[in-house]
Formats: sequence, C-alpha cells, structure tokens
Amino acid sequence: MTSDVAVVGFAQSPVAVRDDATTSGVEMLVPTIAEAFGACGLTKSDIGFWCSGSSDYLAGRAFSFVSAVDAIGAVPPTMESHVEMDGAWALYEAWVKVLTGDADIALAYGFGKSSGAELRRVMALQLDPYLVAPLWPDSVSVAALQARLGLEAGRWTEKDMAEVAARSRAAAASNPAAQVSGPVSAADLLARPYVAEPLRAHDCAPVGDGAAVVIIASAARARDLCERPAWITGFAHRIDSGALGARDLLSVPSAAGALASAGSGVPVEVAELHAPFTHQDILLREAMGLGDDVTVSPSGGALCGNPMFAAGLARIGSAAQAVMSGRAGRALGHATSGPALQQNLVCVLSGESS
Amino acid sequence: MKQQAAVLGVGQTRHRSKRTDVSMAGLCREAADRAVADAGLTLADIDAVVVGKAPDLFEGVMMPELYLADALGAVGKPVLRVHTAGSVGGATGNVAASLVQAGVHGRVLALAFEKQSESNAMWALSIAPPFSIPVVAGAGGYFAPHIRAYIRRSGAPSHIGALVAVKDRRNGALNPYAHLQQGDITLEKVQASPMLWDPVRYDETCPSSDGACAVVIGDAAAAAAAPGPVAWIRATSMRSEPTMFAGKDHVNPAAGRECVAALWRQAGITDPINQIDVAEIYVPFSWYEPMWLENLGFAAAGEGWRLTEAGETAIGGKIPVNPSGGVLSSNPIGASGLLRFAESALQVMGKAGDHQVPGARVALGHAYGGGSQFFSMWVVASTPG
Repeated sequence: MTSDVAVVGFAQSPVAVRDDATTSGVEMLVPTIAEAFGACGLTKSDIGFWCSGSSDYLAGRAFSFVSAVDAIGAVPPTMESHVEMDGAWALYEAWVKVLTGDADIALAYGFGKSSGAELRRVMALQLDPYLVAPLWPDSVSVAALQARLGLEAGRWTEKDMAEVAARSRAAAASNPAAQVSGPVSAADLLARPYVAEPLRAHDCAPVGDGAAVVIIASAARARDLCERPAWITGFAHRIDSGALGARDLLSVPSAAGALASAGSGVPVEVAELHAPFTHQDILLREAMGLGDDVTVSPSGGALCGNPMFAAGLARIGSAAQAVMSGRAGRALGHATSGPALQQNLVCVLSGESS
Repeated sequence: MKQQAAVLGVGQTRHRSKRTDVSMAGLCREAADRAVADAGLTLADIDAVVVGKAPDLFEGVMMPELYLADALGAVGKPVLRVHTAGSVGGATGNVAASLVQAGVHGRVLALAFEKQSESNAMWALSIAPPFSIPVVAGAGGYFAPHIRAYIRRSGAPSHIGALVAVKDRRNGALNPYAHLQQGDITLEKVQASPMLWDPVRYDETCPSSDGACAVVIGDAAAAAAAPGPVAWIRATSMRSEPTMFAGKDHVNPAAGRECVAALWRQAGITDPINQIDVAEIYVPFSWYEPMWLENLGFAAAGEGWRLTEAGETAIGGKIPVNPSGGVLSSNPIGASGLLRFAESALQVMGKAGDHQVPGARVALGHAYGGGSQFFSMWVVASTPG
C-alpha cells in the first residue's frame, strides 16, 4: 500500500542569509514553487492538497504561514494545512492525504528565515518552559553537551567530527543550493577556535534562510509527471523524551524506531541525513546502522545549508533526486527536530514500486 | 481506499481563565486521560498523537509538543503538531482522522490546548510584521467591521447578536466543563454590557480560557472493541484562502462555502437543515452564528438571523447550534475547534448530558481561523453510513 505514492518533483532555494527575503517566506517560495512546477509540467490548479511547515517563533510573529498562502495563490480556495514543524512532517501529512484518496497530487513546502534573530537563543524556547528554558541554554550549547558526552565516552574524537565537516563540504561542491562548500582538510579545521567547546564553527550548521518544495503523486499520476518517480516505500517518525536529563543523549531511539517502521529490510545506497552538528552525523549513522557502503549526504547535508523548517524536507527531496536521476536505486531522507535529535523522521524511496 | 474511522472517546478540561493548579503538561494530561478512559483505553493503546494549538506566542513556548511528549505518553511514538490558526482544533481532528482513514494507524489521540493565562494573546495577535497590514486590534477589532457589513447586507435587527449570547451562555450553564456559567443571563443584561467593538458588546464576546480537549479516533476494529457508543466520521473537509484579495467576501467567505459543499457531498447531505440534527459552530462573537448559518447553507444569504430570532438554534429548535455553550462560553483558542468537533461527537454518542439534543444522530463540527480564511469541518453520525 505504501508504494502507491511517489515523489515526482523537488526544488529548493539557494541557502543564504537573504536580505531580500522577509520572514513571510513569500520571496523564497514563489520562485521555488515555480521551479518545482516547471520540472513536472504542473500548475497550481493541479494540486489537490497543500501542506506547509514553518515556525512562528522563527518568524517573530503569530501565524507565520498566513502570508505564505499568498505564495501558493489560494484563490479559488485550496485544500491546505500547516504543521508547526519542519516541512518534512508537512510532506508526511500530505502523503497520508494522498493515501486516503482525497488528493492525487500534493505539494509540501517548508520555509524559514533563520537569520531573522539570534537562532541559537530562539531555539532555547523549545525546552521545558518551567524548569529549563528560563536558564536559556541555547541550541548550540545543548548540542555541545551531547558532543562532550560522546567524546568522554570514546564514541568519537574532535578529528572524527572535523572529518564529517570536510566530507560534507567536499560533497556540497556539486550542490548549487549549498551555503558553504569546497575542499578543506580536517587538520585545518581543527586549528580553528571553539564556538561552544567542544564545537567549532565547522561542527555547527551555518545559519541560513531558505525554502524547499516536494511534490508527490499517486500511482495513477506519478508516471505521467516524472520519468523515474521515487516511490515512497516507507515513511515514519518518532519522538523521544523532551527531558534532556531523562534521555541517553548518546542513543537516538526515535531515529532507529522510525527507520525500523519505514522499512530497513532492503539496504539503501544513499542516505541524506539532517544532522545540524557533526557529531550528530556520527550518532545518526550508528543509530540507523548505516555502513560504509552507504553514501551519506551527497548534497553536503545540513552542515552545508540548514534553513530551519525547510532543511529536513530538502534532505528528502535530495534523496528523491538521487532516485529520480538514476544515481541510486534506493535512498532514504531523514529529518530531525527538537533539541539534541529529539524527534526524527525517515522516508525510504525506491526507483521501483513494489 | 479510505478506511472507516470513528471517535471512540472524548475528554476535556474544566475551562477557566487561569488554571494555575496545573502546568501546560498537567492541563493536556487532564484532557488526554479523560479521553482514553472514555474510550476504555489507556495511553499505552495509542499509536500516534496529533497536537494542535494556535500561535506559540500565546504561551511563549516554541513547539511545546516537544516538551509535552512525556506527558502525552508519546515517547517512542509519532507526534504531529498542527497549526492552522483558529481552525487548528478542527484541523487536529481531521489530521488524526486521516491517519486512520489512510490505514496508517489504528488508534490516534488528537489533542488541542491553549493556556492563555501563560502569556497575552492580545499582544501576540498585535505584532505587526514587516510588509503586512497591521491590525493591532486583536480579533474583536478585526471582525467587528465584517459584522457591521453583515447587518447592513441582511437588514438583521440589532438584537440578534444579544439573542445568540443569551442562548449560548444559558447552554454553557448546562455544561459542567464550560468556563462561563451564566444560567441567569438575560437579554437586558447583554444589551446593557459595555460596547467593545461596535456592534459587539462585552457579553457577546468569547472569554479568554485555559483549557484542553482530546479525542480518540480509531478504525473499524477499534470501534467494534469500544465499550460504549462511537461517533462515525462521515466526512471531513478543509479549505484555505488568503486574508485579503480583490473580491474577498469577508461576510460569506468562498473558502467556507467550498469547504462545506465538499463536506455535504462526502456525507451525502443535500438538505442540511433537515439532515443535520445539531451543529457545533465556531462563534467567537455572537453575530457569527447567523453569518455562519448562511455560509454553511442552513439558511439562504441574508436569512440566517431569522433562524436565530425564531429560536430555531436553541436546543429543541430546527437546528440547535452550540448546545455546549460554544466558544462564547469557553475559548481556549487552540482547543476551541476540537471542542466543537468533540461536542458534535458527544451528541451523536448520546453522551452530552444536560445539553444533549434529544435523538441527535448526525452532527456538524465546524471551526474557522485567521481572517475568516481557514476552515475545517466534519460530520459525525451514530451509524457508519
């Protein structure tokens, strides 16, 4: 049943600190949606269901998604919904909608202007509002605690972390949407200063603005829209405890659980991981049992461009692109949300419908 | 192929202006515990949780569902967070229903809440983002001109709004969970209350509440195993349009008309006023009762107020509207839509207590949000249909 839906289109805006884009997302979304439509030969009237992901806190206003409705041109009215989550979960809601038969073609989008304020301080407001958030432990510091635990447990070294950054930046050289890219040696990176010990700048995703769009279609329509659709063979997500002190920060049961539910039976060739910190790339590969035979984040991943609320959707889109282009037979896209990898989503894609 | 889905259980908190006795987690757990108990289940039986609430600025917490995962028994499970402005409670119910209808899950908990006392909704609604038209008037100031436009268009007499307020507040006194308990309210008192946003008086305005609502939705097998009556979900519908555009009808929005047309089509309803036994409609300001009666097709354009004036929207009337007391009696904003959906389910389950509409078999749940632009609705019935 789950292979009845396929990704048929993907587009993302270049990730950058965008002075020309407001928090409404409209300026980043309009050209990105147009690009996705162009590749599939679709127009807005073909879309049966729209779903977006964004954050009011990132936008610094109530109802961040209200102006974004202008970008989709919702006249006449559209069947539409919104999640206060990364666009990857908007895609999940859209996938469910297509499974019910209420829509044949659905479009999910995510957008975020991460540079609108001091991102790491904004993200602190995701923590327990009574006992933790008032202390303002920012998101980089929380990730640093996790990295420190792993270093002390002998799970990784600072050199391992720098090598993840170097690998990601080299891969991102072929991704025009990347915010940072290019060859760099781990040794050079390790010579640079800490930003939140043991994290250096290269260990943290850059702050950037962007949008991503993924179009999915039912079996009846997918092959008309795309020469080689990326069939969704599994799609699942899980959440771990919100209490940092109650979690083992060196295991990611929600990522392992999501993968198990989405179907880990057949190995993938490509995994696009949403790891905003280098040590989280290592943690996720371990949690999901991804071996050396899997190409991890050939787009450069979130470490080379992490537009909040769009980056997870962009990982799924990049994984789908690997399948649609024929570069991979099977690929997975991953998205994360919450402090220290609290919530995780996995979408498994295949060139063959089962 | 769409699977059957039904409401197995309903729970809500006692809504108050300040629930200082509980945290956000405690508030949500109160509703969740009641819903799963009503369904004869425990939280361990739930496959997935859908959380809905209005803007995060209302409590000052970014994506509170992350922190609430433990309180909702959701650790190790999927959690989706929906936010579609004031319609979010309805959208939460519809998204939870779609997870069952798609065959993805067997039992889903839909939970929506707002703890307005933790922050200031008026402030949160008054932030003026760049390049947007500032409202700086909260919801009442935004909707009052559209109400005046309705009165001018329809020629409705000026006391209609007060009639709605009296009916809803008296209904609220029949509902032990309702925030406002005003069983002795009179037309004279409403009409003597201060004018806030002409023509909306203080007593014609929704309160600001702390509260949560939860609904357990299950598939046919879960419904068969339920200990009591269930409410079968016959149809769900959502539509959106921009806040403003050339030709937008703020009084009778196209998104609402198209949303309900799709809803009636799915549910096989051709004569709403005779086929729907009771309606829980999102009426935050009294005049929205006649306005939505028309938008929903219970009355022709310009005629909705006649149903209200004739008492046809009271319990025992032709189309009872908001027997629970509605948004005018309890308004935890993010939960208000799910409360409408839940109360419509309680009616067809025959479990609405003192505000039960006798013999109710088919009911409408309705919510709207933003600048009359986001709509979510469902039809529930005592049989699968």
